[in-house]
Amino acid sequence: MSDVALAAGGAVRPVTTETRAVRRALVAAAVVFLALFLVLPLAAVFAEAFRAGLAGYLAAIREPDALAAIRLTLLVAAIACPANLVFGLAAAWAVAKFEFRGKSLLVTLIDLPFSISPVISGLVYVLLFGAQGLLGPWLKAHGIEIIFAVPGIVLATIFVTLPFVARELIPLMQEQGSGDEEAALSLGAGGWKVFFLVTLPNVKWALLYGVLLCNARAMGEFGAVSVVSGHIRSLTNTMPLQVEILYNEYNFAAAFAVASLLAGLALVTLVLKSVLEWRYGHALSAAGRH
Amino acid sequence: MQIRIQNLRKDFAATAALRDVSLEVRSGELIALLGPSGSGKTTLLRLIAGLERPTHGRIFFGEEDASSLSVQERNVGFVFQHYALFRHMSVLDNIGFGLRVRPRARRPSRNAIRARALELLDLVQLSGLEERFPSQLSGGQRQRVALARALAIEPRVLLLDEPFGALDAKVRKDLRRWLRDIHDRTGHTTVFVTHDQDEALELADRVVVMSNGRIDQVGTADEIYEQPASPAVFSFIGESSVLPVQVKRGWIYLDDRALDLRVDCPDGPAELYLRPHDIDVVESHAGAIPGIVSAVRRQGGIRRLELETGARRTRVEVAIPADQTRSFAGRVSLRPRRWRVYPLNGGGLQSGGDQAGA
Amino acid sequence: MTSALGLPLRRPSVLPGFGLALGFTLVYLGLVVLVPLAALVLKTAGLGWAGFWALATDPRTLSALRLSFGTALAAAAINLVFGLLVAWVLVRYDFPGRRLVDAMIDLPFALPTAVAGIALASLYAPNGPIGALAAMAGLRIAFTPLGIVVALTFVSLPFVVRTIQPVLEEIDRELEEAAATLGAGRLATLRRVILPTLVPAMLTGFALALARAVGEYGSVIFIAGNIPYVSEIAPLLIVIRLEEFHYQAATALACDMLAVSFALLLAINLVQAWSRGRFGHV
Repeated sequence: MSDVALAAGGAVRPVTTETRAVRRALVAAAVVFLALFLVLPLAAVFAEAFRAGLAGYLAAIREPDALAAIRLTLLVAAIACPANLVFGLAAAWAVAKFEFRGKSLLVTLIDLPFSISPVISGLVYVLLFGAQGLLGPWLKAHGIEIIFAVPGIVLATIFVTLPFVARELIPLMQEQGSGDEEAALSLGAGGWKVFFLVTLPNVKWALLYGVLLCNARAMGEFGAVSVVSGHIRSLTNTMPLQVEILYNEYNFAAAFAVASLLAGLALVTLVLKSVLEWRYGHALSAAGRH
Repeated sequence: MQIRIQNLRKDFAATAALRDVSLEVRSGELIALLGPSGSGKTTLLRLIAGLERPTHGRIFFGEEDASSLSVQERNVGFVFQHYALFRHMSVLDNIGFGLRVRPRARRPSRNAIRARALELLDLVQLSGLEERFPSQLSGGQRQRVALARALAIEPRVLLLDEPFGALDAKVRKDLRRWLRDIHDRTGHTTVFVTHDQDEALELADRVVVMSNGRIDQVGTADEIYEQPASPAVFSFIGESSVLPVQVKRGWIYLDDRALDLRVDCPDGPAELYLRPHDIDVVESHAGAIPGIVSAVRRQGGIRRLELETGARRTRVEVAIPADQTRSFAGRVSLRPRRWRVYPLNGGGLQSGGDQAGA
Repeated sequence: MTSALGLPLRRPSVLPGFGLALGFTLVYLGLVVLVPLAALVLKTAGLGWAGFWALATDPRTLSALRLSFGTALAAAAINLVFGLLVAWVLVRYDFPGRRLVDAMIDLPFALPTAVAGIALASLYAPNGPIGALAAMAGLRIAFTPLGIVVALTFVSLPFVVRTIQPVLEEIDRELEEAAATLGAGRLATLRRVILPTLVPAMLTGFALALARAVGEYGSVIFIAGNIPYVSEIAPLLIVIRLEEFHYQAATALACDMLAVSFALLLAINLVQAWSRGRFGHV
């Protein structure tokens, strides 16, 4: 037969990949690394949370301070996300649809909060609004509390989550160009109509994606919020801060119970994010995805 | 270097990309693999290169059985459709790559590699661009660098996959002539893949026409054009019109009308293949093909008639010199100068004739 | 619209809303980000050069900065190697659970840092499962710089993977085939063709991971033990100084760190500009 020589040759791998053994070894190394660094900590959260049993878990979550922390966390996210959504839309409209001087500087500034330590993000508000801060005396004279109060927490959260929506929308809207909007204008639609009927539907999935990430960060932010909160129980503790307090009091079961709620939020976020990427990947910007 | 391909077969999952292909490429020959997309021509080229492994069959380079050699061992120069230049390397480093990655024992010195690369750059007429990066070159220039890179390893055979496919028409024509020129100077056995019949017929010593994973015909441009071995080749090469006919005792019938065309082929339904410029418009007579002119268009130096013929009103195109100024309207008669008849269910049998009716 | 200098401030467009959108963007950005940052700069300026220098070079401050940098560099380096591996495996190989693994990569983005912090602390503490194993090998992880590296590796893990992944996906298989036809073995192809193509993405990912790790706070403080001069990171020292109401020291340290952040940001932009200029795209 003519393919005697091919008995060996036929099993040869394509030229653009490695031998099966190498492939398996690399996959194994990657999976072990990820299991060690990602899966194990996540599993630890839930394992520790349920160490005291379901009853202990529920009791820890129903504790008044914990409930107050959950309420505050939801409130903060409910303010920060819409605020940054509106900002993201405005910034993306200006940056993606128009050419103007200083645009690249503006884009860099929008990304700035990502490259600043969260602790510094909190610190700058303390320096501005705190008792010794620039505006401190004036605020005190007018009886306005920002630092060690809810407004400070909201502001610090807005600061750290500011880029999320904008950085999803800007590259996508740049890729899409202005053709659709110009067509709509030529057909007689007004500015707001164009925005709501043409632009918004074109970017809705990217918008959702950005809000999803923004929300995850807003609910989970620790460093910045920690600096401005003052850690007043039932008043200025968000869930992550409550986790810290409980942990430092060696109340591990309760700390992990609250933490497990946040971990659950992270998992839901990941699932939704993956669904968005798989189903609507084409409607997200390649440059903005991560 | 002669290439001999024996009973090559390649299956991708459940589909056969290549079915039992045999071919001999003579040493120093420039040969074209021509066919529509999905005909298996690129698969055949990649099998020769060793980029794919055949399901069955063998490939010989000269007397050596290359079937079990890896792509690295085969020493073929392969030029990719989209050039596949290494964009982090300068032009010179791209060309010298194949020499630099040789095992130490066979690796030329740094200076020798540089000298060889510069020499090849000169051959492809790009001297002075050695320090450029691929992103700084035009498409045609990139293709030349890709060829120089393939030639640098002194390949046993040169393989080109749609070498001009990504270029615009003008650059294509220039590069075509230039490739022929390089081939004549270097004398490499060269196989290139194309879906452009002009390119294949103009450039190649011989053309391999492929469809559905099979070779339909191998021949020179004249042979392919004048004596197409199958209806597929006839209709793929050049323009054609097809008339459904009957063969009865060696005569061709359109509907019930005997044409004065004789063939040596068994009775039964058949197809009459015609080319537009091989048909004369004649005075009406008994053996001619009757037709009704439906449109006349002027196209450069020729005039193109569209006609309907026969009971089924089959469309036939005729090209005549534009200086024939008589009016073509209504009923006319056609007489083919060259034509071919392929029996509908006659297997591989075909017949045809030149100067029929003479 | 034309500026006083005659340079067009913006190119004319038929689309409406430029003034409103840009105006809102600038006001919002100014109020939320720029004015507070300006407060930091003003406070620092109020220290005077001598005052700033004394605070910025305080031994405890320097030790904290050194630790933050050393551990962040180590974490970014670990992620450079494993991030490349993970990206390669995810893009090139098909294996059961690949999509799940791919989705999990973003866990550190999604998991609040405090949660990660206590989870890592419980795992790596001497009585935790991994910590106990390490202790048997005579290795202490928690409450040492090593623990900080573990936490920083966790939080900066996605950066390298996510910057390399899209670049790797775009690499044309033809490049590798071309290298093979030219006689290059698989290893030579990886080293000479693929790796150089990934260098800009690797550098960018490394810098992003480093920037994130240097400023990280929440995930570190639980595992670090926070011993001054040993395992006290710079962001924590800022918090400590604030709690001592020693605002000047906090400000000076924050300025040090901001300078570093900006340097990294600049480095990332330079890498990308260089890569665009040379290879046609990032």
